[in-house]
Amino acid sequence: MSSQSMVMLRRNFKHVARNPTSVFNAVLMPVVVMLMFVYMLGDAFDVGVDYVDYATPGMLLLAVCYGLGSVATAVNSDMTKGIINRFKVMDVSRGAVLTGHVIASLLTNLVAIAAIIAAAFLLGFRPAAGLLDWLGVIGLVALLGFAAGWLTVALGLFAKSPETAGLASVPLVMLPFFSSAIVPADKMGPGVRQFAEYQPFTPIIETLRGLLNGSPAAGTAIVALAWCVGIAIVGYLWATATFKKRA
Amino acid sequence: MASGLRKAYKDKVVLDGIDLDVPAGTVFSLLGPNGAGKTTTVNVLTTLLRADGGTVRVAGHDVATEAKAVRAAIGVTGQFAAVDELLTGQENLRLMVDLNPGAAGGGKRIVAELLDRFDLAESARKPVSTYSGGMRRKLDLAMTLVGHPRIIFLDEPTTGLDPRSRRTMWTIIRELVAEGVTIFLTTQYLDEADQLADRVAVLDQGRMVAQGTSEELKRRIPGTHVRLRFTTAAELDAAARIIAGSTRDDEALTLRVPGDGGTKSLRALLDRLDEYSMSAEEFSVHTPDLDDVFLALTGHTTEVTAK
Repeated sequence: MSSQSMVMLRRNFKHVARNPTSVFNAVLMPVVVMLMFVYMLGDAFDVGVDYVDYATPGMLLLAVCYGLGSVATAVNSDMTKGIINRFKVMDVSRGAVLTGHVIASLLTNLVAIAAIIAAAFLLGFRPAAGLLDWLGVIGLVALLGFAAGWLTVALGLFAKSPETAGLASVPLVMLPFFSSAIVPADKMGPGVRQFAEYQPFTPIIETLRGLLNGSPAAGTAIVALAWCVGIAIVGYLWATATFKKRA
Repeated sequence: MASGLRKAYKDKVVLDGIDLDVPAGTVFSLLGPNGAGKTTTVNVLTTLLRADGGTVRVAGHDVATEAKAVRAAIGVTGQFAAVDELLTGQENLRLMVDLNPGAAGGGKRIVAELLDRFDLAESARKPVSTYSGGMRRKLDLAMTLVGHPRIIFLDEPTTGLDPRSRRTMWTIIRELVAEGVTIFLTTQYLDEADQLADRVAVLDQGRMVAQGTSEELKRRIPGTHVRLRFTTAAELDAAARIIAGSTRDDEALTLRVPGDGGTKSLRALLDRLDEYSMSAEEFSVHTPDLDDVFLALTGHTTEVTAK
């Protein structure tokens, strides 16, 4: 990574750490949601296994998604508040500005994921995963964070104002709820069920679930990886094209 | 510096053939109301926008083909303070040092010097979101100076500032000029251009309507005058007869008397009224402002152009 990217990354990371709302949304909120579903409502769901074991993979995804709102807002603020012109005149590369945001988002994701995993263990999470499986879990979640990060940066660049940028990421926050994160897709009503089965988060969650159970399935893993790579490419292309047009 | 500069957004022409020439080491001011095209001009000159026509050379380099070389020579302080709200003043400057290959090494010293020079040392560790408008502008300019630019673009540096901050800004700009920096300044205020600029250009709806020194421009616009308002048309009639060189406005019942605004001419005027036992209802001294300039140069006021 270039030194400019490092400088921008440090700046963006300071932003996250200094903004209590973004820390709360990115790190605490997923834990709160997890406590709510597992501790309060968990006994009401009948999924065949201990609910914390069922829910943890989905919560990892949630942890990635909840951090995205503030990334979109931060990207948009940069574009609308004049500082981008300063960077451009200083010949800071487009790559440095954008990767700074993506990597900061990814690092925030990793902190949130660590918090979720810690909370899961406190709630009685008993995974059967070996070291390789764990590496697979972290790798896939990081890849998703990277992909969703680029998509969110694109949304942030595309939005007219920081407020609408924050709003634009809401679908990404809602999407996990319409997947097999909370309950299996086949328990959902018609329409929603088909949506849940075919939306990108379901194969990702199922892959994570398989890895954590120690029984990964290659089929879903390939679909999951394909989605992540696809989202990353679309996000990257959209982000760079929008950046060129706006700045 | 620029010739035949054109820029249009869709069918709306923003800049319609602008020619500029700014000698190194001087202050050039682009004067105009909102919407005249000042910021667009700055954006083209600073490589942020591509012109649709014409050629622009800044610091000897073509902005279209040698953008990198241009950027290395210039600094820009935009209309909206381009500072990072969440970082402290010190961190903002540090960010500039880190992004500036030339400033590496003595970074700490450069930051401390700039904080001192701009009177920001006390608030250096506070987040910029707590800064006042004047402090933000100062920090903004300080950030621009990190790279030691030879040419600085200031886009309305004092718009929205209180009179004191405005004076501080002027002092800083004069110091920069003394150091040999070339300044390209846009402003809506005639007195600002008058105070700072060697040459002034008046921009109106994307066209240059006048260019010259501040003195040259002032000669083309109505000078200082005294305005007397009377209660009746009869009084106005009488006054108009006794005061030579005055022009009357029957509708407003006012008499406009050209003068230099000094106490001597003023006393003479008042004595003259006294002599005929007349008194005016209201008395005011008018110095030319942007509105007068526009009225004189374009035949319409700033109100019309500022859509």
